Amino acid sequence: MDLQPNQVLRLIQINDRTSVLRSSTIWICASCQTCSIRCPEDIDIAKIMDSMRKLALEDQVPLGEGKVVKFDEIFLDSIRKRGRIHELELVMRYNLAIRQPFKDAHLGPVMMARRKMKFLGHKIKEMSRIKEIFQNSKRLLKVQE
Amino acid sequence: MQVGYYPGCSLESTAKEFDLSIRAIFGEMDISLKEIPDWNCCGASAAHYLNEELAKALPYRNLVMAEAAGLERVLSPCPACYSHLRHVHEEVEKKPHLLERLQKITGKGYHKSVHSKHLLDFIKEDIGFDRLKHSMKTTLNKLKVVSYYGCLTRLPGVNLDDVENPVMMDEIVEVLGGEPLNWSHKTECCGASLSVTRTEIALRLVRAILEAAQERGADCIAVVCPLCQSNLDTRQKDINKTYGTNYHLPILYLSQLIGLTQRLGYSALGLDRLIVCPKALLLEKGIIEK
Repeated sequence: MDLQPNQVLRLIQINDRTSVLRSSTIWICASCQTCSIRCPEDIDIAKIMDSMRKLALEDQVPLGEGKVVKFDEIFLDSIRKRGRIHELELVMRYNLAIRQPFKDAHLGPVMMARRKMKFLGHKIKEMSRIKEIFQNSKRLLKVQE
Repeated sequence: MQVGYYPGCSLESTAKEFDLSIRAIFGEMDISLKEIPDWNCCGASAAHYLNEELAKALPYRNLVMAEAAGLERVLSPCPACYSHLRHVHEEVEKKPHLLERLQKITGKGYHKSVHSKHLLDFIKEDIGFDRLKHSMKTTLNKLKVVSYYGCLTRLPGVNLDDVENPVMMDEIVEVLGGEPLNWSHKTECCGASLSVTRTEIALRLVRAILEAAQERGADCIAVVCPLCQSNLDTRQKDINKTYGTNYHLPILYLSQLIGLTQRLGYSALGLDRLIVCPKALLLEKGIIEK
């Protein structure tokens, strides 16, 4: 993390939008919730990190950790196409996208030997509904409470 | 007993042994699993910041499909799937406008009848320890097990156990005749999908977990999450190479440990699919025979 979480929060307080939204910290956060649970002031720090991601995408700033978004975008695209994730395809597409086609290739043989690789993906029947869901879903949820 | 089943994407491939062992142990206990018809991916950790509505609509569709199939209880072994299903259900219960919006997006109504279960609470509450004990044909012979919960008990919507010191898995290990060891890294992050996008970070985090387990003298680590299992198991060799360590800790799904006490087949429980092979350990402890 280039900025520590407490630094991120301080920068938000002084409105340094640029530093926060371009950091890699907001992308490295794995949402383990440890910070949110332990914060003595009950601040949901993990949720703030997540919100910063949304703002970073909205502002279209250069991303501090572009690979995370690439991975997640391919992930969602896989769901859009099949309704489910085909793990092998996901990893291969990601590797191509980051131009490291042989990343983790050394794990391939042992995964195959242990029959952990599913070579064919499954497409769900109600694909029209999935298409509908993707088309109708807006990036930001705006409902009255 | 019948319960709905939502395996999720991982249990169909890299976490196949989790699926196999759950089906095997449930079969042994006369519990029939009914898979949600035509279920879709829950969205995992990808959707929530990229598309808020999609992040809710995807699990919502699964609730609808489960309801249509008459499934009042749905078991989701994967913590992410479980968290999403349960969280969306609880949110639509509290927010009628959200329910309306999701109905509009998906074109389907939901009558809020589906209750989500995770393996841990299903075993404790729905099966019960007595029934579990009754199904055992052997014990784990005091196998030293550290239970790794990962972020399961901390996920939104999951209100299963203590967030800092969960014990449900340890209790089950004890029932199985294992020796549950208390340790420092029960809920420390495994790195999750950073294993793909920032591998070196995940290696560092996993290493800390393995080190803590080894320090306690654990024979193996028990898990209930496909991503945790994958990170702890598939990366051990890489960690040994990077850090010059010598870890050889089998990472077993809790359902596999249960199946071992029920004397179910090595391959039927998917034990032959683990990267760090547990065979020698299990033979040594007399849990399996040659």
